[in-house]
Amino acid sequence: MAANPDDRKYSKEHEWIKVEGDVAVIGITDFAQDQLGDVVYVDLPEAGATITQFEKMGEIESVKAVSDLYTPASGEVREANKLVVEKPELVNSDPLGDGWLLKLHLSDPAELEKLLSAADYDAFIATAQNDEAIGP
Amino acid sequence: MTAIMSELQTATLRKTALFDLHERLGARIVPFAGWAMPVRYKGIVDEHNAVRQRAGVFDVSHMGRLFIVAADGGRLLRSAVTYDVARIKEGRGHYSLLCNEEGGIIDDPYVYRIDAERLLVIGNAANAERDLAQIQSLVEPEMAVELIDRQEQTVMLAVQGPAAGAYMARVVGPEVAALPKRACTELPYMQYKLFVSRTGYTGEDGFELVTSPEAGRAIWRQLLADGVEPCGLGARDTLRLEAALPLWGNDIDENTNPYEAGLTWVVTLDDGADFIGRDALVRIKTDTPKRKLAHLKAIDRGVIRDRYPVLHDGAVVGSVASGSFSPTLGVSIAMAYLPPALAAEGTELSIDVRGRPLRVVVVPRPFVSHGAKQRTNL
Repeated sequence: MAANPDDRKYSKEHEWIKVEGDVAVIGITDFAQDQLGDVVYVDLPEAGATITQFEKMGEIESVKAVSDLYTPASGEVREANKLVVEKPELVNSDPLGDGWLLKLHLSDPAELEKLLSAADYDAFIATAQNDEAIGP
Repeated sequence: MTAIMSELQTATLRKTALFDLHERLGARIVPFAGWAMPVRYKGIVDEHNAVRQRAGVFDVSHMGRLFIVAADGGRLLRSAVTYDVARIKEGRGHYSLLCNEEGGIIDDPYVYRIDAERLLVIGNAANAERDLAQIQSLVEPEMAVELIDRQEQTVMLAVQGPAAGAYMARVVGPEVAALPKRACTELPYMQYKLFVSRTGYTGEDGFELVTSPEAGRAIWRQLLADGVEPCGLGARDTLRLEAALPLWGNDIDENTNPYEAGLTWVVTLDDGADFIGRDALVRIKTDTPKRKLAHLKAIDRGVIRDRYPVLHDGAVVGSVASGSFSPTLGVSIAMAYLPPALAAEGTELSIDVRGRPLRVVVVPRPFVSHGAKQRTNL
């Protein structure tokens, strides 16, 4: 798997967030897409929706598993990635790039302090992997 | 995102003779019917597509493998299964059912008549012991019959896909590529006996093999070296669902009978032979059916999964027996028992996907029929 870049922050729910000016981009990590397997359906909030840090913002489904998506930060949704809704496999092929999920206007940038750095997230998934994983 | 974690206690699970090869390929291992089995290697969709377009190989050594050796083995087996096995000629196989006295399905084994003396019964992993017990219980004192359970001593592989014949010809020998559909044969491979049948559980052309662990490992390795895709139980499930082949435990079980499951063709009543469940099945056949296994294709996006409620005009009319995303069709598909009036083709229903309605329509089976299309060369 690709290394987790340190240009962004990570949540323990395996989402990443990258701030670009006053907009933040959100996606799931490479580890998460690998755990899920082939992603076939993504349900995302619409532009204008207000979402709250660590609360459910959508759902992602692979052939074998369904999982809730939790937003790593609060704010107003600017854009949901229509390309990913049309071609959910982008989440597998490019989770950190074209497979992004949401663009968000942050309501409280200080919240990002609660997230993990790339190094901390690496350490976190190393433990998760030892827990060997995922069904069914 | 929350990953769905499940502690895998491999220590308590049985492993096939190819387990180390799966681990080395980086397979994701899951518990299945008491076995530690590969669910995927590269990914379910890639593996699924490989079987639809070229060829894939599955380790299915968890399946039950029971040899019946006797001059009148057919008579014994006839008393245990719904299908008249006397109709199975030497070197052929046929699908069959084991029922209980109520006509409920306790397993759906494939039966092969290898030669005049030997039958091979391939049952589900979860039912292997029960199949043996049921057949054993029917052995009469005067029968000179031997029941040999070979689940431990052998491996079983499935080589499936339009190019399966070409790969098998190269790895095992040209004679297997000439096997007709549902035929079986035995041939030498290395110093071992290799059982090969032209059968499978994917809806594609293909083969199933039973042999020693040594020969099985060698064949597996050679097929992979030649470019056959290793496939896990995940792809096996999506492939069989697209082909509308029932899975015991999901689509058929003790509480379903062959008639409502659409398996009338596997029940022989006109040969007069008695078998467990016959009286009940004679009765069920004449009764008005209460429900019927219907095949549903999604109109909306979303993934249909097992046990989701099926709704009609807002009322629950059934529940999904098997449901999945179909990689070939790009939408979800499902099988569900429905009142016969709602099981007619073209009927629109909806599935309750965790509170969200997903529209489906009843379609004819199978969902995908590629098998008849073509056999391809390498």
